[in-house]
Amino acid sequence: MKAGREVTAGPLRLKLIRTLTILIVLLVAAVALGLIVGRQHIDFSNLLSDPIARTLFFRLRLPRVLVGLLTGASLALTGAALQALFRNPLADPYILGVSGGGVLGASVAIALGWTMRVIGVPLLYIASFGGAMLAVLLVKRIARAGAIVVPGALLLSGVVVNLVCAAAVLAIQYVVDPNSALRILRWIIGSLDAVGLEPVGRMFLVLAPAWIALLFFSRQLHLLAIDEETAATLGVNVRRCETAVHLLCSVIVGVAVATGGAIGFVGLIVPHAVRLIFGEDLRIVLPGSLLMGAVFLVLADALARTLLPTSELPVGAVTGLLGGPMFLWLLRRRQHYSVM
Amino acid sequence: MSSFFEARRLAYSYPGGPLAVRDVSLSVPQASMSAIIGANGSGKSTLIRMLAGLLHPDSGEILLDGVRLKDWDPRARAREIAYMPQVTSTAFPFRVIDVVLSGRTPHVSRFELEGSRDYERAMEALESTGAVHLAERRITSLSGGEKQMVVLARALAQEPRLLLLDEPSAALDLKHRAGLMRTLARLREQRGLSVIMVTHDLQLTGSLFDEILALSAGNVAAHGRPDEVLRSEILGAIYDEPNVRAQRMGNQTLVWIDA
Repeated sequence: MKAGREVTAGPLRLKLIRTLTILIVLLVAAVALGLIVGRQHIDFSNLLSDPIARTLFFRLRLPRVLVGLLTGASLALTGAALQALFRNPLADPYILGVSGGGVLGASVAIALGWTMRVIGVPLLYIASFGGAMLAVLLVKRIARAGAIVVPGALLLSGVVVNLVCAAAVLAIQYVVDPNSALRILRWIIGSLDAVGLEPVGRMFLVLAPAWIALLFFSRQLHLLAIDEETAATLGVNVRRCETAVHLLCSVIVGVAVATGGAIGFVGLIVPHAVRLIFGEDLRIVLPGSLLMGAVFLVLADALARTLLPTSELPVGAVTGLLGGPMFLWLLRRRQHYSVM
Repeated sequence: MSSFFEARRLAYSYPGGPLAVRDVSLSVPQASMSAIIGANGSGKSTLIRMLAGLLHPDSGEILLDGVRLKDWDPRARAREIAYMPQVTSTAFPFRVIDVVLSGRTPHVSRFELEGSRDYERAMEALESTGAVHLAERRITSLSGGEKQMVVLARALAQEPRLLLLDEPSAALDLKHRAGLMRTLARLREQRGLSVIMVTHDLQLTGSLFDEILALSAGNVAAHGRPDEVLRSEILGAIYDEPNVRAQRMGNQTLVWIDA
């Protein structure tokens, strides 16, 4: 008993504060690195006096790093939430078809030339959110057998929905003009290019409230990740929680995809890394994933910008090349998980 | 003895199916132990899941302290009633202490985290089920029996007045089964805990339980003290097995199959 008490010492609050402090420090370092590195050298000592340096920094470098931060945080946070919601360690927005649905929505919007806004929100965001939402509903409906979402069926239906979305996007690319086809291709690969801080601000205004709302569900998701029935008897309204988390994940992924494209593996790998380092408690995993996702994508983008001497790699290629082997490694570790 | 928990004329059918439970009533006084027995598919789990608030009866009502169960705030209800499901399948390798700590949720306000007092309660619950040595183990690495003891500890960490158990002894060996019954008997003595347990383990029910509710095809086949229900003719009818024999020996009942 005494030994047991000793090993469990340290309340959750301290652990949470420690985790967030470490990750905030890492994020500040990653952002600093992301702002410094790049193919174009920026003279920081003359940043305010040199118009070229100012333009490079404020119009290109800073927006790109911030888009990476927002996108990485969004994908990792939704990955952690969806894994808990579906009680499946292999769930993530990319694998579940949510990103695929978002890309299809964005592709339809590009193909139809929807550039207008509804109440200040670009229609592209709304189309992407709609696609993501439809994909979640479809995947869940296919995978649900009675009251239970079958874990294997969930992944399989995610793969199928992704394939169907990819085929539909391909068909759209064939029939639209070359410019639109190129824009769609850019989304599929995933890119964090942004010009100016205005699109970053737009993203942040939609994402930040959705992140906060999703973080409010940390405790419910923690209980759901342990066991659905147990969560229900502990006071969680399971259906209401599911609906809210689906909606919030679709909004977040929709906006992230509409801006940065379907960047793979961030939502899968980052929550696992957070779990391995900081423990399984979702009240730590969710905010931890938000911060670590931002760190991961900012660093992956810095790598994408500097890896080749003459050109830049798409960040989606870097995360895929890093994430693929890590995903396989996770599969090999599956004895640690009871459901795959 | 007055009852704090009552079920009145409950009926439930699954969508598109026949009635799984019909016209079942029971009342639970403080510090009592009741068993629900019956053949597979007789409606035992459906009944206990209704009592836990997981299924809503088609008709009838469940009252806790005279207030309908569905009118209780879910968190307040979770401080009164704990439920241990037949199977808990946790996909993630949570530490055992974290699983048990989740039982403290109804005692922690919405935007707070569990504190050292909750850790202590969780460790006490683990201690009372004899699973304190598992505190730092991963739930996914435990055997079926060990997992059951952890899930029971999670339910006890809720500090409920009523504990609902769905076949808790199914995966337990003799030692753990005896430990489970000793724990429940002790908590009844010390805390006035009431227990409703679905079980196939008729041997357990004979000595420790105050009353037994026997279900057959969703109906109440018998309801009373163990010596009134555990009879050869009643068990033979419930399980549709003419060779079941039951014999009272002191305050125990011996049940066997006369092959």
